Amino acid sequence: MARRGMPILAAALSWALAGCGEGPATANNTTGDLPRSHADPQAVAGGDAARGRAVLAGGTYGCGACHAIPGIDGARGTVGPPLHAMGLRAYVAGRLPNTPGNLVTWIENPRLVDPRSAMPATGITRAEATDVAAYLYTLRTLP
Amino acid sequence: MRGRHVLGAVLALAALALAGCTGQQAVLDPRGPAAAHLAEFSWLLFWGGAAIFAFTMAMLAIGLVFTDWTKRTPPIRLVVWLGLAFPVVTLLALTVYTAAVGRWVDLGRGQDGGEPPLRVDVVGQQYWWEVTYHDGQGGTVTSANELNIPVGRRVEVHLASRDVIHSFWVPSLHGKMDLIPGRTNTITIQADTPGVIRGQCAEFCGEQHALMAFFVVAHESAAFEAWLAARRQPARVPEMPDLVAGQRAFLAAGCGSCHVVRGLAEGPYAAVGQLGPDLTHVGSRLSLAAGTLPNGVGPLAAWIADAQDLKPGNRMPSFHHLDSETLTSIARYLGSLE
Repeated sequence: MARRGMPILAAALSWALAGCGEGPATANNTTGDLPRSHADPQAVAGGDAARGRAVLAGGTYGCGACHAIPGIDGARGTVGPPLHAMGLRAYVAGRLPNTPGNLVTWIENPRLVDPRSAMPATGITRAEATDVAAYLYTLRTLP
Repeated sequence: MRGRHVLGAVLALAALALAGCTGQQAVLDPRGPAAAHLAEFSWLLFWGGAAIFAFTMAMLAIGLVFTDWTKRTPPIRLVVWLGLAFPVVTLLALTVYTAAVGRWVDLGRGQDGGEPPLRVDVVGQQYWWEVTYHDGQGGTVTSANELNIPVGRRVEVHLASRDVIHSFWVPSLHGKMDLIPGRTNTITIQADTPGVIRGQCAEFCGEQHALMAFFVVAHESAAFEAWLAARRQPARVPEMPDLVAGQRAFLAAGCGSCHVVRGLAEGPYAAVGQLGPDLTHVGSRLSLAAGTLPNGVGPLAAWIADAQDLKPGNRMPSFHHLDSETLTSIARYLGSLE
């Protein structure tokens, strides 16, 4: 008798849990990226976290002069916000939902997103910005 | 077998350690004649010292193991040959060689017939380097934190200080020479291969001594002449509206009271200050703030906003009272000054 009850219980459970899969998170998803809560390094199409880390560590664009970036030696700037837990943040620059596409756009050309931002276009290429975004999504802890 | 493993590990470690001795700033990676002599000298001392050490240890081992033999050998012969004759001959030879190296590395002497050296004045100050090129016809061009030189030609560097004692050291080209307030020292350097190498202050000069570096860029002769001719020009006049706005903001923020931008004056403002580096061609330099940051619009904005956080105690104030648009427009303007 108990065994016959199991399928019914399982069906009821799966029906109840199905409600957890949908949520307002996807409503922010205007660019076709994964929503923020699912953002992970693999989610940045074509991005390579190791290469992104090398771009940051190489210092060509001086990211660390403004931002404290976990895992990057010497990146301890206090001009802009620290980039801890970028993989968990809800918004980029306080404006855009934190999707990979939005983050890459912001890194590449902040003025497109917010013409009044103090963050300049550093000359970083889209490919490099994609790699950097992939690295930033590996950051998932607060200091 | 085990010994071979240990030897292998030691050799691998040594190779790893020595790998750090090549690159932009390395005594053992000479890029010019003076540094080559100094590197040869260093290796001779190293291997000579190593051989003497090994021989001494071998003698000690023989003394401890073959006691019968050592008892039969009169000690006076050992003392005379190895304790007296050997050091006298070795040290005498080394003294002569040292004196010779001292003359060989002095590139400034005894070449009166050849091409006259390029004269460059370097003035050290907390915590950067002012660099003035003499073009040989009475003209000068001033820049900062970068020494551009022609390959294969001697460069006579006149060293002075505006505050405390600094020291000019480009390990890949030569030894150190101090910059002493109230006098001018001279060192003649020469690079044999084109490329970028790094130098730094080698005398503790204050809080930011560690961030007082510079780059030496060695060009082929023709490229150097072109470089110098371009640097002789006044600053590029901006045409794009946002760069024009940046130029105006640069002047209005008072940057010109410490920095020179040759040719830049507008209304009551002019960029003629002498306290900070000449910014006429700042966009073409490799680094900002004497090797503190890479050059670029991002680092320029960071440096303007927060110079005191990035290099505490330097003479440049942090300009974080500027609104964000002004800050980025000044950074873009300066980045355009190539």
